[in-house]
Amino acid sequence: MSEAAATSIAPNDGVTGLVDDWTADKQAYHVPWGKAMMWIFLVSDTFIFTCFLTGYLNVRMTTTQPWPPQSEIFALSFGGAPIPLILIAIMTFVLITSSGTMALAVNYGYRRDKFKTIVFICLTALFGATFVGMQAFEWTKLIVDEGVRPWGNPFGAPQFGSVFFMVTGFHGLHVSAGVIYLLWVARRIWAGYYDKKGFEIVEIAGLYWHFVDLVWVFIFAFFYLL
Amino acid sequence: MASSDTAGQQHPLGIYYQVWILLFLVSAASYAVDYFDAQGALRWTLVIVFMLVKAGFIIAIFMHAFWERLALCLTILGPPGVLLLLIGFMAVEGDYTEGARFDYMGHDRDAVALTPAEYHASLEEEH
Repeated sequence: MSEAAATSIAPNDGVTGLVDDWTADKQAYHVPWGKAMMWIFLVSDTFIFTCFLTGYLNVRMTTTQPWPPQSEIFALSFGGAPIPLILIAIMTFVLITSSGTMALAVNYGYRRDKFKTIVFICLTALFGATFVGMQAFEWTKLIVDEGVRPWGNPFGAPQFGSVFFMVTGFHGLHVSAGVIYLLWVARRIWAGYYDKKGFEIVEIAGLYWHFVDLVWVFIFAFFYLL
Repeated sequence: MASSDTAGQQHPLGIYYQVWILLFLVSAASYAVDYFDAQGALRWTLVIVFMLVKAGFIIAIFMHAFWERLALCLTILGPPGVLLLLIGFMAVEGDYTEGARFDYMGHDRDAVALTPAEYHASLEEEH
């Protein structure tokens, strides 16, 4: 009964709906509980990444040493002259592509097309793993070739290294965890675990994955471009 | 009897493709800002506008916030909104600290960063 009542609610009815949801003396969020919990987790994760980026803003503003030129440090040469920031641009495109395939997986999940859902989840995980691989390459290049360390680097402000390793490291950890999570969900779909429960799990996993992409949007802008 | 499927976020595939293409174009545009070496206020404006456009479409369409009820939207967007206050305070404080270091601690205002090319050239000179 309550299930039917929940689904009969209009998907989006503004302030009236907000007041109804909070004053009706019953559940406030008309979404599966797993999805509400994922959102709460993502809000807390937003606070973590905002603290990192705000810390970065503060050390970047307060340091009186010049900030190392990111565009040239992250340049890559394919035989010819180094192309500025090209590796990071490719990583950005890889992550956006994975967000697209994840959105398709969610859609096919709700259409109950199990085969396509699994294919697109695995594609997403593959792009995610590619991203982490490129990040490992980037770290190796910076540590071995350029001598960047968390406590200093040859180019300018030593805070560059600490921010770089902390922020991209934490983000890379999120991507790695996401790849494992996605493969685990794909395996459970394959095993028929969600056939009766419904496929909200794909949307919940998708929320996490899109969030990881979202964090990268901010890292790309603030750390690499500005 | 409503099935659980109708409660979920099911939308035409077309909108995902459109947003996907848009995200690609905007990412290419923000990369172009660096590639064509835009500097100063132009760089900041373009990078932040492109960033907000991308973030907005990911949250609204890919994460379905556009279709969610206001109660959930405010729960997920409200608390992070308060963080803008933290960012503002830290920016003011950072500005003050930097000024104090220049004005009273004699730090060099005109110091210039080394580029990787210069660094590697200096390594070769040593050998």
